[in-house]
Order: sequence, then C-alpha cells, then structure tokens
Amino acid sequence: MEPKDKELPVVKQAAPAVTERRTTPKTFIPLVDIYETKDSFVLIADVPGVDDKSMEVTLEKNVLTIHGTVEPMECKDHDLSYTEYDMGNYHRSFILSGDIDRDKIEANVKDGVLHLTLPKTEKVKVKKITVH
Amino acid sequence: MIQPQLLQFGSAIDQWPAFRRLRREMNRALTASPVTVEFPPINIWLGPEDAVLAVELPGVNPEKLELSIDGDIMRICGSRFVEEDKGVENYYRRERNYGSFTRVVQLPFAIEAAKVEATYEKGILQILLPRAEAEKPKKIAVKSK
Repeated sequence: MEPKDKELPVVKQAAPAVTERRTTPKTFIPLVDIYETKDSFVLIADVPGVDDKSMEVTLEKNVLTIHGTVEPMECKDHDLSYTEYDMGNYHRSFILSGDIDRDKIEANVKDGVLHLTLPKTEKVKVKKITVH
Repeated sequence: MIQPQLLQFGSAIDQWPAFRRLRREMNRALTASPVTVEFPPINIWLGPEDAVLAVELPGVNPEKLELSIDGDIMRICGSRFVEEDKGVENYYRRERNYGSFTRVVQLPFAIEAAKVEATYEKGILQILLPRAEAEKPKKIAVKSK
C-alpha cells in the first residue's frame, strides 16, 4: 500500500539510553508495525523475552513510551559459544497526534509481541450521514 | 593448581565469553560487507552433556514449528504471516519480519533425538539437545602391570 501523503499520526523518536541500573544492560529499539483501521491505530512491536509483567507502557503528554525489561538468559555449566542476537531491554518512544483517545489505549503482550490499540477520538472517525 | 581444561589446545583464550563477544563484534565491524541477519537469530550454549539453543521467534504458533534432527544436524522450519482480517486501511510502519524460514544448525556432536526438548515462552524458543550416548567421551582405565 502506498503511504499517503499526509502527516503521520505516530512518529518515531530516537530511544534514549537507559542508565538507571548499575550493570547497564544494552537497550534495543524494537521493530514495530503501525497501521490504521477504521476505528483505531494499532502498534505491534516484537519484544522477545518480555511478558506482560516486564512491559511498561507510559503516556506522558503526547509521548507514548514502551519499555520492556529482559532477564538475560544464562545456562549453568554451559558456554555461550555462538550468538546471533544480543540480550537487552527494549525501549522506544512515539509521539501521538491529537486524534487518539488517550483514555482507551489498550496494551497486551503475548508470545513476545506487544499489541497496542490506540482508538481514534469520536470526532475524527468517519461518520456516515444518511441522506434523506 | 593447573586446571586440566586450560591445557587444551586453543581453549585457554576461550575462557572468557566476553572476550569472544568483543572479538566477534570487532570482526563484524571490520568486515566491509554488511552482515546478513538471518531470521530467526539463534544463540547456542554448549555444555559437556548437551547444547541449549535459544531462538528469538516472537509471535509464532509453536504448534506450527517443525523441528527435525538428523545425526548432528538440527533443522527448524516455520512461518510468520500477517494476521488476516484486521481491516487495515493504511500502514505507517512495517519493520517486522514476515514469511517462512528454515534454519539449519550443525552441532559438534550427534544428538539424541528421542530426548530433545523444546519449549516456547515469551517469544523465545528454547531447545535442549542432549548429546547421543554413543558419542559421549569414555573414560579408559589405565592398567598397570
């Protein structure tokens, strides 16, 4: 689908480094899909290693931040001999437009995937007007 | 006391996983061509009795994953597709990977296929691959006359 030539309602921001822990774990920017449906915007993020308890979604003013904490996997008496991925936390922020009903944002995490539903406000929803 | 395993050829330097990771990152940084990231990425832990594989595979149905063992080779097949019927009107970002995949891993030892265990949790597939009994190192008693 061709991207429409209009302002994006959700815009990516650079993820700030997280330095609150003593042993600072790496922080990754999760890959996301963002799409629009008739009633809402949907954000899907890949956060392997994160469940509903270790996922934090915060909304401050118009910035939506997702932060997932990952417990690094360790194997006793085993030697990590080959790696293709690094373990670390996930962090990413998005700026929301005014078209989103902030009180009705829903989030859930399943199988390491975060689903965020951001409903549109009533005023931007397409209304059908009956012609008499 | 000298640790016997330290005397193995080439193993002394491998004692520090952190060092190895640094070396790998250096190699990656120095390689001119970009490293192709395979999907899904795999981490492997090796132990004397078995190997543990962790596969970052968020959002798949574990029942549709296929795992097969052939000697020292493990093959994993599966797919991840866009959920249908969501009423998508417009995409703003599409960064996640979709499609079917096959990954083949060869271990340094034969795998006891009957004892392989795989669990899927939080989007990470963890596979325990025990070493085949016949392949395990044997102790040979030294007799003196």
